[in-house]
Amino acid sequence: MEILALLGDGMLLALQPLNLALILIGVTVGLFIGAMPGLGSVNGVAILLPITFLVPPGSAIIFLAAIYYGAMYGGAISSVTLGIPGASTAVATTFDGRPLALQGKASLALVTAALASFVGGTVANVFFTLFAPALASVALSFGPPEIFALMLLAFATFVGLGGDDIPKTVVSICLGLVLASVGFDEISGEPRLILFEMQGFLQGIGFLVLAIGVYGIGEMLWTIEQSRGEVTTTTPRMTARGMLDDTKEAVRRGWKGTWIGSLLGFFVGVLPAAGATPGSLMSYGVAKMVSRTPEEFGKGTPDGVAAPEAANNSASTGAMLPMLTLGIPGSPTTAILLGGMVIWGLVPGPRLFVDETEFVWGLIGSFYISNVAALVINLAFIPLFVWMLRMPFTILAPMIFVLSIAGGYAATRDMHDVWLMVIFGLGAFFLRKFDYPLAPAVLAIVLGPIAEPTLRQSLLLSSGDPSIFFTRPIAGPITVIALILIFLPAFKLLRRRRAARRPAA
Amino acid sequence: MRNGEIVTAGVLALFSLYLMWKSAELPVGYMAGQGPGGGFWPFWLSAVMLLACGMIALNWWRGTSPPSQSDEPLLDAYGWRTLALVGGGIVVFVGLINVVSMYGAIAVFLLYYMRFLGRHSWTLTVSVALIVPLAFFFFFEGAMRITMPSGMSFTDPVFDVLYDIIY
Repeated sequence: MEILALLGDGMLLALQPLNLALILIGVTVGLFIGAMPGLGSVNGVAILLPITFLVPPGSAIIFLAAIYYGAMYGGAISSVTLGIPGASTAVATTFDGRPLALQGKASLALVTAALASFVGGTVANVFFTLFAPALASVALSFGPPEIFALMLLAFATFVGLGGDDIPKTVVSICLGLVLASVGFDEISGEPRLILFEMQGFLQGIGFLVLAIGVYGIGEMLWTIEQSRGEVTTTTPRMTARGMLDDTKEAVRRGWKGTWIGSLLGFFVGVLPAAGATPGSLMSYGVAKMVSRTPEEFGKGTPDGVAAPEAANNSASTGAMLPMLTLGIPGSPTTAILLGGMVIWGLVPGPRLFVDETEFVWGLIGSFYISNVAALVINLAFIPLFVWMLRMPFTILAPMIFVLSIAGGYAATRDMHDVWLMVIFGLGAFFLRKFDYPLAPAVLAIVLGPIAEPTLRQSLLLSSGDPSIFFTRPIAGPITVIALILIFLPAFKLLRRRRAARRPAA
Repeated sequence: MRNGEIVTAGVLALFSLYLMWKSAELPVGYMAGQGPGGGFWPFWLSAVMLLACGMIALNWWRGTSPPSQSDEPLLDAYGWRTLALVGGGIVVFVGLINVVSMYGAIAVFLLYYMRFLGRHSWTLTVSVALIVPLAFFFFFEGAMRITMPSGMSFTDPVFDVLYDIIY
């Protein structure tokens, strides 16, 4: 009951004029960002974070969360009408969304996507409301060893479940963590890692400098270089009558995929490395596996659109759960939200639920409002978004660069950081070309300032004995799971080698 | 791609060595009563990074990672041209900020990108190149009270007019 009262207050807070306006703008911007190929929620949130300093933190995070939400809906628009995913989270949506569009059923695909997204978002919001306060109250008793063990787990999931080249993932994590330690050693107060003796490094490297460099410059360069071909748009015919029929068909032929995506997406979203992209791919796979007509998948079935779309919305809310309760982001986008919270002067972690009740419940309330807003705006303005997709990239790209540079400067007010952003952007472009995953580095630069002190405090508590991470009742199991995840790829490799040797013997 | 893979790993390995050396300016071991020294965390992380670079090199030598098997060039002529024109444009843009102010640099960059890379009409290009920096000015300086670099003194007359509007 108490939760319902808090949720009610939160929703009222989210419905205040400023917040409601920000939700509507955020969702619309998010839909557009999600629909634009090459731009996803993480790019939008990273590039627009600096401009949110205009409003109070509670409203700023509602705005950014609305962008996150809208982007999950928007990804489907270009997956269906252009056949290219608007964001990596909508890759699986192209599998069946594009065939449907080519059969002249673009409208059915878009309606299915919107409805599935709505159900996915709602299911995840209910789970979030039920689990978050309980998890936060458990986490309140965590000391430095528990928090460090959680950090280790966050990075371990990238190594064990990320699916990228493992040494390259490790390089990315380490690079992010080391860059986070540039500036001053907080415990001894001495300057540390002043690279090339440049004074600009004395104030450290802000996570936004890396995030905007990677997502605002590096990824944009990569997209411009990759997308040289022509794209054909399928314009859906949307009428009120037709949409009603589509809704009926979407419910009839897409409910199974929707439920699979909603449930699976949430739990995959909670895991730090996973997030919405693998969540939607897995849901597609499971929906196909349990379907009575698996042969229809890939040829255009509403279930194949519903599963990934429900999953990516569900996962994006799931990713907020560890961010708000434990201070560990569940996805690159939530890593940036977490970094934003630090800039706004909030301390992420379980104490938020005690000290910043209004902030937390306002945000949770806004999830529900944003979900409804995204559904309505999406369905009402699909033709508009499709029209906007025709905007040439040669107008959009320079605007994004300009916003990245100006926003980056506004956040730190230092030209040193702007240059660093450009260098990170160019570096990220080349690393991306060689399959280095960059999300772990962004997560690492956000978590570094939490991970290092907790490690050092833990070791100080135990007089240098690392067994402290294994012997405490909560830290122990977390550390063990983390280590298993880290060594999982090595086990797999050994087994594969043994299997390869057996037939020869 | 194959050569690029090992060169990238080599550059990252050198960078991790440099980071290890820089970290070692502070104590990297355990200090009795004080816990791990200030260089402990970055030093050992850089060491792990060096090790990972070694593994990337090993995978390259055995040809197990996709880039190390690929004969394709890292970037073809179009790719290099795009990188030079767009990436170079951004570098010039940032370089111009301290000369013609943030807003002036934005206008020049938009003009360059839309007209010479995008081949859009002069009308569209010029209107975007004027409206965007002005909107940015009113947003950042007017609404957020953030002063952006105003460049060299010859831009002062323009800024005097603009500041008169917002203050």
